[in-house]
Amino acid sequence: MSHEPVLAFEDIVKKFGTFRALDKVSATLKAGEILGLVGPNGSGKTTLINVISGLYNPDAGKILFQGLDITRWPMHKRARVGINRTFQIPKPFKSLSITENVALAYHYGSKPAMNPRQALDFVGLSHAASQLALQLNSTQQKLLDLARALAAGPKILLIDELAAGLNHQELKVIADHVQLLAQQGIALIVVEHHLGFVNQLTNRVIVMNAGKEIFQGSLDQAAQDPVVSAVYLGTGS
Amino acid sequence: MFNPQWDTNTPNRLRRRLVNGVIPVLLLAGFSVSPLVYANQAILFQMMAFMALAQGVNLLYGFTGYLPFGYVGFFGIGAYGMAISIQLLHFPGILAVIIGGLLSSVIAMAFLPLLRLSGAYFAISSLAAAEVLSHIVSNSAFIHITNGPYGEQLTQSYHPLTSYVVMVIVLVLTTVVVIFIRNRPFGRALMAIREDPVSAAMAGISVVRARSVVWLLSALIAGLTGALFGWHMSVFYPSTVFDLNISILAIVFTLFGGYGTVTGPVLGSIVLYGLYNAIGISDPQYFQLIYGLLIIALVLFLPGGIISLIQRRGNYVP
Repeated sequence: MSHEPVLAFEDIVKKFGTFRALDKVSATLKAGEILGLVGPNGSGKTTLINVISGLYNPDAGKILFQGLDITRWPMHKRARVGINRTFQIPKPFKSLSITENVALAYHYGSKPAMNPRQALDFVGLSHAASQLALQLNSTQQKLLDLARALAAGPKILLIDELAAGLNHQELKVIADHVQLLAQQGIALIVVEHHLGFVNQLTNRVIVMNAGKEIFQGSLDQAAQDPVVSAVYLGTGS
Repeated sequence: MFNPQWDTNTPNRLRRRLVNGVIPVLLLAGFSVSPLVYANQAILFQMMAFMALAQGVNLLYGFTGYLPFGYVGFFGIGAYGMAISIQLLHFPGILAVIIGGLLSSVIAMAFLPLLRLSGAYFAISSLAAAEVLSHIVSNSAFIHITNGPYGEQLTQSYHPLTSYVVMVIVLVLTTVVVIFIRNRPFGRALMAIREDPVSAAMAGISVVRARSVVWLLSALIAGLTGALFGWHMSVFYPSTVFDLNISILAIVFTLFGGYGTVTGPVLGSIVLYGLYNAIGISDPQYFQLIYGLLIIALVLFLPGGIISLIQRRGNYVP
């Protein structure tokens, strides 16, 4: 596996009016690596995912994909080179069948990729392939989001709160699956509130607060870090 | 290529292709034969024109989610593009019709920024765009080109049979294009964009490009139809070809039949335009009443159009 970063973002700033949702956030990610992105609500985790995936343009900073500057690329162009994501609130094409949802990404996305059947098998939705997406419950819709992203052939996969609403057993299955993707060389950024889930996946995390990166390192070290503790538990003053 | 084996909504691909193929053949046969058994060619012509317009609306609304109240703008530009080509450039009728259609697409390019809007904002702004076009055409400053408010008289180029035949061809081609789009990945991509443009972009679909293609294509359809309408009528005014009722009828026919399908706009046009000619001219007040009641009933009980009655039972409708 290459040691060159597949993704690098440098000093990303994203403002909404005068509010700085992201304030000079930087990191690099290698193929097959899993980076956990944690922090309290409103800390800028999803905004960062939105900037990397192209939903938002950053106000400053640079995003490099395999050394290529993609900072101003539109979303579909990023998807076609292998940057993909899931959504915190899943966004399936509800009037299309589950297979069609995935087949579209396979048709228009990056290659090589899992074909629709493989992607649906991977997330466990093959049994419902011919159903309309609107017939799925919210957990299944999240899995469909993941299958769609996989069929688009991601080299970088941004996963936004996939664990929310899953039970312990389902969490374990999903964690194993995410690790399997990393073993296949996909670089993953996992946004998660559920620290236990992050712990199962990786030991490398970025902790964010108020748009700033306040810690980067292992989850164990983060737990010992006084600044992180203050953010999560309060200063006690 | 979209792998058809994944298109699991349809029971049988061969059967589906056959059913799809039957529609343009029926239209071709029906409108070719009907002048022999029904004398009022003008009604048949206008039914075809509305059917083509309804398919154009179908592409924009049914597949992409844009409700084009100003769709008549392209119709009017097509009519005037054709008339100017005949009057000033002395082009033959068929070439003038093609120029009219292309001119509508060119004008549509200028209005591409409207696609940044959505919902009611798009609907209203497209209406405003049509008004702008209507006022430009009827402005006395352009009297040497458009004849301003006095309209166009093309009596020297009046060819009712040729324009009828070309209208049949345009209708059939339009229907074939809609069938083609609906059954290709591009059609699914448009539906995906209608559902969720962000998610569609993340599936690798170029949302702006796909929307633009449909916008220009539907403008071409309206332009060609307007050009043929003008040629067939041979005398028209700005108020005739920029009449908002043309947009509204095309939209109502599409919604009544069932948007997002090929059959819906065809059925909607036959039923409602048929009804219009049955009672709309002799008893306009009853017609307006029945029309209003039908639309209310449609919105309340059958938002997917009459086609949805068949689809509800799980049947495939082209």
